[in-house]
Amino acid sequence: MKTAVDIAEAVRTGERTAAEVVEEHLGEIERREPEIHAFNLVLADQARQAAADVDRRVAAGESVGRLAGVPLALKDNLCTRGLPTTCSSKILDGWCPPYDATVVERLRVAGAVFVGKTNLDEFAMGSSTENSAFGPTLNPLDTSRVPGGSSGGSAAAVAAGFSPLALGSDTGGSIRQPAAFCGVVGVKPTYGAVSRYGLIAFASSLDQIGPFSATVADSALLLEVIAGHDPLDSTSIPQPAPSLMEAVEAGVDGLRIGLIRELLEGIDPDVAARVREAADVLSAAGAKVEEVSVAATIYGLSAYYLIAPAEASSNLSRYDGVRYGLRADASDITAMYEQTRAAGFGPEVKRRIMLGTYALSAGYYDAYYGQAQRVRTLITRDFDAAYEHFDALLSPTAPTTAFAFGAKTENPLAMYLSDVCTIPSNLAGHPAMSVPFGTGDDGMPVGVQVLAPALGETVMFRVAGALEAAATAATVMA
Amino acid sequence: MSPDAAGRWEVVIGLEVHCELRTETKLFCGCRNAFGEEPNTNVCPVCLGLPGSLPVLNRQSVEYAMRIGEALHCDIRPSIFHRKNYFYPDMPKDYQVSQYDEPINSDGWLELPNGKRIGVTRAHMEEDTGKSTHMGGGGRIGDATHSLVDYNRAGVPLVEIVSEPEIGSAEEARAYVSELRAILVATGASDGKMEEGSLRVDANVSVRPRGSTALGTRCEIKNMNSLRSLGRAVEYETGRQIDLLESGDRVVQETRHWNEDEGRTSSMRSKEEADDYRYFPEPDLVPLAPDDQWRKAVRDSLAPMPSDRRRALASAAHTEPAAVALLVEQDLDGLVLAAIGAGADPRIALNRAANEVAADPDGAARLSAESFARVVTLEATGKLTATQSKQVLAAMLAGESDDPEAIAEDRGFEAMDTSALQAVVDQVIEANPGPWQRFLDGDPKVSGLFIGQVMKKTQGQADGKAVTRILQERRDG
Ligand SMILES: [Zn+2]
Repeated sequence: MKTAVDIAEAVRTGERTAAEVVEEHLGEIERREPEIHAFNLVLADQARQAAADVDRRVAAGESVGRLAGVPLALKDNLCTRGLPTTCSSKILDGWCPPYDATVVERLRVAGAVFVGKTNLDEFAMGSSTENSAFGPTLNPLDTSRVPGGSSGGSAAAVAAGFSPLALGSDTGGSIRQPAAFCGVVGVKPTYGAVSRYGLIAFASSLDQIGPFSATVADSALLLEVIAGHDPLDSTSIPQPAPSLMEAVEAGVDGLRIGLIRELLEGIDPDVAARVREAADVLSAAGAKVEEVSVAATIYGLSAYYLIAPAEASSNLSRYDGVRYGLRADASDITAMYEQTRAAGFGPEVKRRIMLGTYALSAGYYDAYYGQAQRVRTLITRDFDAAYEHFDALLSPTAPTTAFAFGAKTENPLAMYLSDVCTIPSNLAGHPAMSVPFGTGDDGMPVGVQVLAPALGETVMFRVAGALEAAATAATVMA
Repeated sequence: MSPDAAGRWEVVIGLEVHCELRTETKLFCGCRNAFGEEPNTNVCPVCLGLPGSLPVLNRQSVEYAMRIGEALHCDIRPSIFHRKNYFYPDMPKDYQVSQYDEPINSDGWLELPNGKRIGVTRAHMEEDTGKSTHMGGGGRIGDATHSLVDYNRAGVPLVEIVSEPEIGSAEEARAYVSELRAILVATGASDGKMEEGSLRVDANVSVRPRGSTALGTRCEIKNMNSLRSLGRAVEYETGRQIDLLESGDRVVQETRHWNEDEGRTSSMRSKEEADDYRYFPEPDLVPLAPDDQWRKAVRDSLAPMPSDRRRALASAAHTEPAAVALLVEQDLDGLVLAAIGAGADPRIALNRAANEVAADPDGAARLSAESFARVVTLEATGKLTATQSKQVLAAMLAGESDDPEAIAEDRGFEAMDTSALQAVVDQVIEANPGPWQRFLDGDPKVSGLFIGQVMKKTQGQADGKAVTRILQERRDG
């Protein structure tokens, strides 16, 4: 399989047609998708049409975008005009958004070819894609294991070669953790770097859209296309998209990189070992690497499981059966609300709505939501202190490699722990990404997480590029 | 309620006024903010609360909110938006974006025409809901077979103005709303139309023993669609609460619905059933912090407020602000001030404006201050009698001419000179010996008879005051 950078170049220069590229990927989807279930919807006809359009423009000598002819999978919580957008929930049954998300619009302009809408944990709540109302996605590297979540479908699509690029959303690790589990690159940009307009909200103050790809350079390219100010999102940072492509090969010579001490505790030994090896590799490449304490990160999980459900409880109120989606036939309005929501939401979504409703209740607000917001401030403060001495930080992406189906479904807390390393970046609004770096004792990929301060994407991609180069070299050596 | 009972209790009223802002577009989207259009035509993903949509704050609505804040002498502060969570079909997101503990405007006041100041606790921004029509029942959601929802109003910008509980009567409540409406219209933020719902009033009513400083248990009264119904509802509710307390019962804190046809309030929901709104900061919006330059521009662009206009006119006309409140309300203060400036007699100018000019709003719009000043001066200097002056003014208002002297000449109006008038008065005295004797005996009522007779003989050209003076001279001399 070719990278997005290669495909775009080949299509632009006429070396290959977009039609050939899309057929190749649709063929792969046809072959393995029945087993993997990465998609809620495959857009074969639309993809062929979009590819033909790109080819017509290339033939006519018209300028084409930076992703011309590149197949791309969209997480099914991104609004696509006239196409079902389900959030892998029964409650949105039959709903087609009348508009495109800002990222979707930017990708269309850039010439990307959408091959499908990918599966996710319902409303992005989960870490394994087992919470999808439409059945789980399988990890293409070992189908007895989960692909991670919530963007498991997008991670699996890239890992299976269904598309070189995919978009996911990351609220507490929902891009980075599945990227680590599936052995691909996954990026959560700085909060506000990518417009959320058209991303169906889980927790508004934490949600951020980001890329999946097989290579660091492809993620850089995709992020350059989707980032940049959007007047439709008030929390969008009023800045143009950053230039990241050069950073990928810029090296880490002279960078100061901190290994987060707290996030190496309670981690599987094989995973921790890979992270230490990654640190050594960076050191060998000229970076100054040291251990650093970011103490408040250990409270991240607790704060997250108050803030995210609180916002979710409000964001998901609108699914009430009145205007769109599922509606239960009931005798009065209250019964209609109750029966619609009882039938439409799965158990994890209900659990979080209840948690969040409780956390915001009169008399409990200060002790729960208020306290969680104070922890959030502390985490940001501790990160800021670390960034006075370091340009970037390093940690595992997840405490384990991909686990088996059903391993954690009976124990929500164990499942929540899967995001312990990724959550702090969401709380701080900082960028972070997962880069594949070797495998665990089970042969499954390990992801190393690179963290950077707000708008520190450039330095983050430098570190990621160096890790990727070292990991690739190691694979070649082996 | 007996008069005795009424004397033992006093009512305390706080008002919450929702004012729809006259912006071009809605609070968080580009949809038109318009009243009375085909249902569900001014809607988009944002104001329908469709999944994935996000709000973007309308700058003009902030500007209007700041104007209201300035006009009500509020502190205008950096503010944030909260979500107020509750389920209702006409609320697309099942939460309302509103301001909670950090509103844009707080701690202001409003001055009634009688000079009393009512504290304004806050004037915050929020979005309006859609409009439900409940079918096949009594108009309430509970007994409806189905409901129709129009989301044209959803997302229309509102400012909610909350008064301190400092209003002491139904009449004062009406005066407060009337004054507030005039202020809102003067800021340009509102059209002030209560009937169309662009101004909606809820009243918090409680009673307490007269002289007490503690507040009694309050009820919130909703659904008053005019100043008249506000007055009636508060009167009714006051009486209801006093009756309860007089008979040893207690007032239950609840929301009550005013029924205009029945002329009474009825319980909607009690405090125990009240929703927990689970307020929390709206994460989809950023804090709002208007800079000093913007605030100054807003301040500088404000038209004079009604209380300023009352004071200005009262001072020019040597009277009390309350005496000119109606003229200001009728927008005639500019005309009177200009006429006084052009040398018109203030008392006569006020009188003619309040009566003849106010009665003909279309004519008033045509009337120049200069012509108005001239007719007032003709009357003040005795060149025209009051009756003649009114007729000349009526002709001017009807658009006949703006030259009062020409109209007076055309009508043959000349104030009679005193000797001619004296002769007529003497003739009338001679013809009415009986009444004249009664006048001499000190019966003042008969003077009307003499004035009437003189008017008749002179075809109304006599000055009534001059006739009275001559009668007194004849009696005393
Ligand atoms: Zn709209």
